[in-house]
Amino acid sequence: MLKGYVPPYNATVVQKLLDQGAILMGKTNLDEFAMGSGSTDGVFGPVKNPWSYSKQYREKRKQKPHGEKEDSNWLITGGSSGGSAAAVAAFTCFAALGSDTGGSTRNPAAHCGVVGFKPSYGLVSRHGLIPLVNSMDVPGILTRCVDDAALVLGVLAGHDPKDSTTVQDPVKPFTLPTLTDVSKLCIGIPKEYLAPELSSEVRSFWSKAANLFESEGAKVIEVSLPHTSYSIVCYHVLCTSEVASNMARFDGLEYGHRCDIDVSTEAMYAATRREGFNDVVRGRILSGNFFLLKENYENYFIKAQKVRRLIANDFVNVFNSGVDVLLTPTTLSDAVPYLEFIKEDNRTRSAQDDIFTQAVNMAGLPAVSVPVALSNQGLPIGLQFIGRAFRDQQLLTIAKWFEKQVQFPVIQLQELMDDCSSVFEIEKLGSVSLKQ
Amino acid sequence: MAAPMLRWCCLGRRWVLACIDGGSRHGRGAAIGFTSSRKRGQSSVAQQPLITAQKSRKGEHKWAAVVGLEIHAQISSNSKLFSGSQVHFAAPPNSLVSFFDASLPGTLPVLNRRCVEAAVMTGLALSCRINKKSLFDRKHYFYADLPAGYQITQQRLPIAVNGSLAYSVCAGKKPSQVITKTVRIKQIQLEQDSGKSLHDELRSQTLIDLNRAEGQLRVDANISVHHPGEPLGVRTEVKNLNSARFLAKAIDSEIERQIHELENGREILNETRSFDYKLGCTMPMRDKEGKQDYRFMPEPNLPPLLLYDTASLPPGADPQQVINIDWIRERLPELPSETREKLVQQYGMLPEHSFALLNEVGLLEFFQNVIKETRAEPKKVTSWVLNIFLGFLKQQNLAVNESPVTPTALAELLSLLDRKAISSSAAKQVFEELWRSKGKTPSQIVSEKRLELMQDEEALERVCHAVMEGHPQVVMDVKRGNSRAINKLIGLVRKATLSRADPTVIKEILEKKLSS
Repeated sequence: MLKGYVPPYNATVVQKLLDQGAILMGKTNLDEFAMGSGSTDGVFGPVKNPWSYSKQYREKRKQKPHGEKEDSNWLITGGSSGGSAAAVAAFTCFAALGSDTGGSTRNPAAHCGVVGFKPSYGLVSRHGLIPLVNSMDVPGILTRCVDDAALVLGVLAGHDPKDSTTVQDPVKPFTLPTLTDVSKLCIGIPKEYLAPELSSEVRSFWSKAANLFESEGAKVIEVSLPHTSYSIVCYHVLCTSEVASNMARFDGLEYGHRCDIDVSTEAMYAATRREGFNDVVRGRILSGNFFLLKENYENYFIKAQKVRRLIANDFVNVFNSGVDVLLTPTTLSDAVPYLEFIKEDNRTRSAQDDIFTQAVNMAGLPAVSVPVALSNQGLPIGLQFIGRAFRDQQLLTIAKWFEKQVQFPVIQLQELMDDCSSVFEIEKLGSVSLKQ
Repeated sequence: MAAPMLRWCCLGRRWVLACIDGGSRHGRGAAIGFTSSRKRGQSSVAQQPLITAQKSRKGEHKWAAVVGLEIHAQISSNSKLFSGSQVHFAAPPNSLVSFFDASLPGTLPVLNRRCVEAAVMTGLALSCRINKKSLFDRKHYFYADLPAGYQITQQRLPIAVNGSLAYSVCAGKKPSQVITKTVRIKQIQLEQDSGKSLHDELRSQTLIDLNRAEGQLRVDANISVHHPGEPLGVRTEVKNLNSARFLAKAIDSEIERQIHELENGREILNETRSFDYKLGCTMPMRDKEGKQDYRFMPEPNLPPLLLYDTASLPPGADPQQVINIDWIRERLPELPSETREKLVQQYGMLPEHSFALLNEVGLLEFFQNVIKETRAEPKKVTSWVLNIFLGFLKQQNLAVNESPVTPTALAELLSLLDRKAISSSAAKQVFEELWRSKGKTPSQIVSEKRLELMQDEEALERVCHAVMEGHPQVVMDVKRGNSRAINKLIGLVRKATLSRADPTVIKEILEKKLSS
């Protein structure tokens, strides 16, 4: 739909980075209109997870049956901001921006072994972010370590007069303190997040992380977010409704793709939108318009808003009871191969994969996925921390402490580098460590 | 996006319908007195049952009509409601379009403070309750002049509700039979305007101008008929009426049409119609399904609009960021009702005159300027301004500011009249001359045309005497008690003086002579 469209202005977040001297290296691939959890439904094709080519993964795969071509079973990055996660994971850039509406920054971060940060709603401007769900979208930050994420946040956060949903309070750039003592912290483990589909590996790492905090003196308690089971459906109703509304502007008239039909305005609109949108987008538009019909509005949209309020209140209640951050999985498992991923349709996948991440968007809270360790397959697994609204600094501080504890290994793309050494001529890239 | 608009909701016009047979016309409700300010309001409508009509020829039941008006008015501001782009009347097409106006992806609406203030002012002027919290919604439909595919408006909780407007209606033929009626204002809401479409039939294309500074008032009328005591009838919407006169005509004809359809056993469709000025009747507009589902949804990019008054203002609030209703109320200009009241008190004029003075753009100012410069009595000035001056204007379809006669000129003329330097009929002649030829003062015209009244009373007495002598029969008639005969004498004297004598004085002299 936006083929050939060159925006005549910069998003606020982009402009802020440019103003600080950042160099824009390029734009990354994603699921079309940020709808998806695999970064497989984009017009430029699917995104490949760099870990598919890592030494860590390939070593483990040597035990697998031969006869497969090296590259045929590459892994997805997760999504929808998979391109950004891959770019950061492959050391092509210092940081990348993504979007996060239901987990689109945190999900690929977990699969690609990088830090994926979702700021509090209202902290970072959405001016220039093509909206998916206006009331849940935030720009996301992807980096290789938590300090980098904090650095970028310090540049991006703050009121923007062009975005009426940003808060007025002034924000200054900050450096994260180095936490040494976690004994005053209270970590909450939401019991409803122990989903049956959760892989045993992720569950195990989740447990280990909880134990780690406890052993270092923090208080770790089980908490309840009772309305968790309704959040997928609620999210679906609200998301598709807003999508239907936000996509209404794509009609081929003012910018972007326009079909060849010029018999009538309506015919042009219809053909343009059929051609310009993929099935996923069209499906959501149709659903959303259904929910917004007069006869359905009360039963679906209003109801979903009420459920959303309940979900948000769940978090408020938990934080009010003394919990500082929540610790949960980010994804159900490590990254799956593309061929396996596409066996299910986008909607099913999204519903499954967003399970730990999307309630956070509904509540507008800050959350971050931190890479923890490699799975048995040699692939990254991340865990999520969820903080109180506008306590992004505190959240990142705790995440930084955790990151230091787990010492997640650097991706080893040495072989790949060696294969292309004549092109790159970079030595020992793989031995760059996380910490300075 | 769009030029900012206010919408008012007007309730329930009262219609008295005459007989439907033979095309005799309806008792007419007066045009709603639109004030002359540049601000206009837009109303959405609710309906209220009305007084009944008289019987139709077939001896059928009586009919009552229910009318509601939706008035779209553009706020006078420098920039648009949600985007920073400017508002200019008659700018070249698409020259005042920001990224937001063109609905480029990623752009967000930002509320214009001046527009909110204007809405609050309008709400206060129309005696509405200002909602301290109001919300914005999206109204979705696809049309080429709506780039985003939705319009941002205030459907659920608008900025002002439950107001009223008093206006005058001529109840009968005489100008003095004026009664005051009230119309309810259901709500006032801020909303985006859509672009302008120009349909080019020849090339089968439509051109869109996204500037949206129309500068025009637009009214949609919702009309239904029913029998009193029964439920309200199906309503139709007549859209895009641009003048008060056509509005009245359109409503009249639609009421007629509906009654006619219903009396012939047909049904009224809930549809949108337009008014064909040439044919003088309404025509269906959209040939599609009757109802549009606009899929209203809250506008997620605009938080609720919170307004404060002095009591509820948070301490230390940044005045740039908050709007204080009380502050705005204090700065409201004098409202028409107050002005009219003052006119009645100060000048002793009749209420209907005060309405008339305010109903014409610039007329009040003209009147006040004349009053300032003349010693003539206010009643005289009123009469001259409303009857003669206004009459001339209307005849030539001119606005007050296009008048060839200045307030100074009229003031001078009325002073001459007041001093009895000229007669009333002479004054009218002078006025005509003033209208026709620029640059001449009344005094000049008077002396040119030798219209001065005879000041010499002795000379006048001599003329009267002469006329009396010359017409003994008439004198006899008068003495016999024929009251009209004296007018004949007066006429003769006037003729003899070439209309340069004041008839009142003539009468006095004659009466004196006749009684002696």
